Amino acid sequence: MYKMQLLVCGGTGCRASASAKIVEKLNESLASHGLTQDAQVVTTGCFGFCEKGPIVKVIPDNTFYTQVKPEDAEEIVAEHILKGRKVKRLLYENPETEEHIPDSKHMGFYQKQLRIALRNCGFIDPENIDEYIARDGYSALAQVVTELTPQQAIDMVKQSGLRGRGGAGFPTGLKWEITKNFTSDQKYVVCNADEGDPGAFMDRSILEGDPNTIIEAMAICGYCIGASKGLVYIRAEYPLAIKRLQIAIKQAKEYGLLGDNILGTNFSFDIELRYGAGAFVCGEETALIASMEGKRGEPRVKPPFPAEDGYQHKPTNVNNVETYANVPVIFLKGPEWFSSIGTAKSKGTKVFALAGKINNVGLIEVPMGITLREIIYEIGGGIKNGKKFKAVQTGGPSGGCLTEKHLDTPIDFDSLVAAGSMMGSGGMIVMDEDDCMVSIAKFYLEFIVEESCGKCTPCRVGNKRMLEILEKICQGKGNMEDLDHLRNFANVIKDTALCGLGQTSPNPVLSTMENFYDEYLAHVKDKRCIAKKCKALATYTIMPDVCTGCSVCAKNCPVEAITGERRQPHFINQNKCIRCGVCYTKCKFNAILVQ
Amino acid sequence: METVKLTIDNKHVEVPKGTTILQAAKQAGINIPSLCYMNLPHLAQEHKPGSCRVCVVEIPGKKTLVPACVTKCTDGMEVLSHSLRAINARRTVVELLLSDHPKDCLICPSSGNCELQKLSINMGIREINSVENAAISTYRKDSSPSLLRNMDKCVMCRSCETICNEIQTVGALSAVNRGFMSVVAPAFEQDLTDSPCTFCGQCVAVCPTGALTAVDNTFHVIRALADPTKTVLIQTAPAVRAALGEEFGYTPGTLVTGKMVAALRALGFDKVFDTDFAADLTIMEEGTELLNRISRHLSGDKSVRLPILTSCCPAWVNFFETNYSDMLDVPSTARSPQQMFGSIAKTYLAEKMGIKRENMVVVSVMPCLAKKYECQREEFKVDGNPDVDYSITTRELAHLIRMGNVDFKSLKDEDFDRPMGESTGAGVIFGATGGVIEAATRTAYELFTGKKLEKVDFYELRGMDGIRTATIDFDGTDIHIGIAHTLGNARKLLDGIRKGMYNFHAIEIMACPGGCIGGGGQPLHRGDSIVLKARMQAIYKEDLNKVIRKSHENPEIARLYEEFLGKPLSEMSHKLLHTHYFSHPKK
Repeated sequence: MYKMQLLVCGGTGCRASASAKIVEKLNESLASHGLTQDAQVVTTGCFGFCEKGPIVKVIPDNTFYTQVKPEDAEEIVAEHILKGRKVKRLLYENPETEEHIPDSKHMGFYQKQLRIALRNCGFIDPENIDEYIARDGYSALAQVVTELTPQQAIDMVKQSGLRGRGGAGFPTGLKWEITKNFTSDQKYVVCNADEGDPGAFMDRSILEGDPNTIIEAMAICGYCIGASKGLVYIRAEYPLAIKRLQIAIKQAKEYGLLGDNILGTNFSFDIELRYGAGAFVCGEETALIASMEGKRGEPRVKPPFPAEDGYQHKPTNVNNVETYANVPVIFLKGPEWFSSIGTAKSKGTKVFALAGKINNVGLIEVPMGITLREIIYEIGGGIKNGKKFKAVQTGGPSGGCLTEKHLDTPIDFDSLVAAGSMMGSGGMIVMDEDDCMVSIAKFYLEFIVEESCGKCTPCRVGNKRMLEILEKICQGKGNMEDLDHLRNFANVIKDTALCGLGQTSPNPVLSTMENFYDEYLAHVKDKRCIAKKCKALATYTIMPDVCTGCSVCAKNCPVEAITGERRQPHFINQNKCIRCGVCYTKCKFNAILVQ
Repeated sequence: METVKLTIDNKHVEVPKGTTILQAAKQAGINIPSLCYMNLPHLAQEHKPGSCRVCVVEIPGKKTLVPACVTKCTDGMEVLSHSLRAINARRTVVELLLSDHPKDCLICPSSGNCELQKLSINMGIREINSVENAAISTYRKDSSPSLLRNMDKCVMCRSCETICNEIQTVGALSAVNRGFMSVVAPAFEQDLTDSPCTFCGQCVAVCPTGALTAVDNTFHVIRALADPTKTVLIQTAPAVRAALGEEFGYTPGTLVTGKMVAALRALGFDKVFDTDFAADLTIMEEGTELLNRISRHLSGDKSVRLPILTSCCPAWVNFFETNYSDMLDVPSTARSPQQMFGSIAKTYLAEKMGIKRENMVVVSVMPCLAKKYECQREEFKVDGNPDVDYSITTRELAHLIRMGNVDFKSLKDEDFDRPMGESTGAGVIFGATGGVIEAATRTAYELFTGKKLEKVDFYELRGMDGIRTATIDFDGTDIHIGIAHTLGNARKLLDGIRKGMYNFHAIEIMACPGGCIGGGGQPLHRGDSIVLKARMQAIYKEDLNKVIRKSHENPEIARLYEEFLGKPLSEMSHKLLHTHYFSHPKK
């Protein structure tokens, strides 16, 4: 047994910042100090605190080193491991109090979190099945296949209240039961790992940090619905997740936890991987199935649902990664325990990818019912640079923007929908006073237009038309009629699009029109962008009392719109100005006023 | 039968369980407009991607509107097809389609025949709400000898994709690109000529707009007619006379043979001939070839390839050249009637008429788009001069007649010119699926048995089933016959033959549903099986009306052999009436 373990984040983010090198250096230092018997370096999955990566965590004392560089390895070993003195400069610093926090238990980022799906991420070596087993891995599967009938197991999932974490929140146990009730010679268990929301990476983190939990859950599902084949549809852009999943599948097969007669029972189950090319719409289950079958990745009309007519027209249960990650825990700790967490209709926790204008960017897992305020201010550490909070966009590109007035709403599947947004896969992008909400809506629509599969008219043409209107508005050419058309298009698309992606695609427009209509009006009526983001609407003037007459602005102006004598205040000819903003960036005296 | 009760626009309706709202509404006299929906009952194919969203209806209490074409009726359902919400959505959807569509209706080849245009008219759309200069998805225009693709006009109904892949199994067309730029195209947006396209033209037949249209040769014909140095001959395919009337307001199935001949004369064609004559000639050649093979087979010759496959259909020829290049020696080497006609006209007839080949222009009226390609094939040219100069469709002929200011309905019936206008009932039935093999049977029976065939109607060979088989008693010898129409059914038979599953002696294959009567050059029927059946009945009626109903009894055919060809499969016949196939057809 080692006295100490150094957990180094091996997630994609930290690896990009040379965490593999850190592991190497730590091992070298341990060797040079003769400590290889006392301390062990473990490459783990993601800790979630990506803002401050790469992360090195020392256990048992939970010391949490942030932004570690390979050259810090020697100091960590020499000071902390050898002498027991924490390296203060690498500890997390509270942005408000500026004090160094000695361990993760005292960090606001972790205090409010409750980790079920992410329980093993950052704790175990994902490439070693023994570490998963050591944390009760595969005992849920063992319990299910040896002690429970499929219906009993399904009843436990139903009792837990678990709802699909992919977006729509359909009750998982019910989905399993429906699939079970269709008779067929072959059924399939599919794991949807086609994570496509911009900025969301919870599924990747789970697969990179704890791949065995997905395998275990899929096998449990297979037992419940009567399927012997599992398929993971994973985007090819996740090479590390793919690699770790492949290793985990191989090890599980070697241990007899996958394959024929699992744990000596009659139950056989195997898993194969299918790679996606990164189309957003392939996260929609029928499009995902079409893609797996080698067809064009586009949704079809439902019903029939995949539970009846899925992969190769066989009954198929599709759940997303995070949903599966919750399953083993339900059996380990009991459905009552699981359903004691969360709100009346949304049980358990939800993983969110926190991004945008927030201090602690990263991956968090919180109980359902937590408020946005708790997430943003306590876990997220508040708004960057002390700016004012404006909105938070939840649910990915087809979610909506929530505002100040929603900050204290307990969040769950239903309250988010009621507020005009949705849970989605759990993207959460925070915006501050500098963000223009019309531009934000435009940004999301650009994504939707890019990712629409083109099958149905409203999504294919309607979203393009909405984008054109938003572009026009941001250029200061919009009129009130455009706003009417925009609203009509949004409502019709919501009402008529074929799939969930299309039906929710107008949400960013509808929710910003609902909550920030004054900004739309300012763009359209006053030709003004309150956040000063829309360049075409900005007016650049020089404040004569601040201008020193240095002429730098005039020299840099590409259209010679600025005139003035040297050492005298300069002047911008508004008729010539093309609003490129060069003067603003070049002025050393902050004499340029943007309105 | 289990039924469900519902109301549609407050009308009570009772329908069998499983009925869609669209079908139930129709039953109740409510025509919910649709665009991408296409029902082909005779092919057992219902194309309902539910993607255009034109047929959306409101079901109070439902979160979204639902597409009527795919949503099944349930007990107690309340459907509102023209609530404000439904009408506004439907109108907006049509406006969106129009906003991404060229506005050149006045000069569009599908003007007056366009489903999108109809929707716009019926909904009274007078303006399109979108930004000025809204983007239109535009694509490279693609032309081929037979088909034109102007995908700027594609509405993504994908009917063509279903026809090309599910019915024809050709696989030339599928959706490519994503989002706003989604369109149906050959893989990698190749040209059709570089794709596996057979030019069957069924995609044109089902395209609701002007995205897929036929190459128009009418002006070539008008120019030839105006050229005093040219003698212009026209041949009319059997299926044309059974459908041309539809273009002039006659009910489907009305035979207009005599009026058609009169119209062609009025247009100034020097000779009005009948492709049926060449069909009789085809029977002489192909029938003899069939008998040869059967006789050799019966006498134990193992090298003989059976079954013999018909080769009249140019799309089918393209199909087997592309897909079955290992079986190129199986089909009959006989040229199609169109090409036999051209080659005889420019040799035998030219000599008789005393005109030079280059001064003779042969025009064909065909129900077919692949014929346009066929007549351009290099092997059907002599020193660059094609045997058939221009092939026009039934639709183009109708245009030509209208352009020529001919009042079609008031024309008096006229008869074809001789000699190449003489034909038998056997030649006529080439226009319907099973007709070629029935015509061949009538002749082969008599040649094989030396006995007179008393009953010439082989009902067992007729009908609309995709694959039909029959065994005909040739006076003690059983002859096994297969028939397939649509290329998908052809593929099924061919795959079976490749595996040695069948013992057919002869198989007739036609690329289009119903045979030539359902060809891509016919008045657009958009898959209406009632129209197809009516045309088929007309074809068999024409056969009954004929005095002579066996090809070998055609006196002009006998004279042709006597004066010029010698006998079937003679050296001259081989030169003029037979062909060979290419494994990599040049297009």
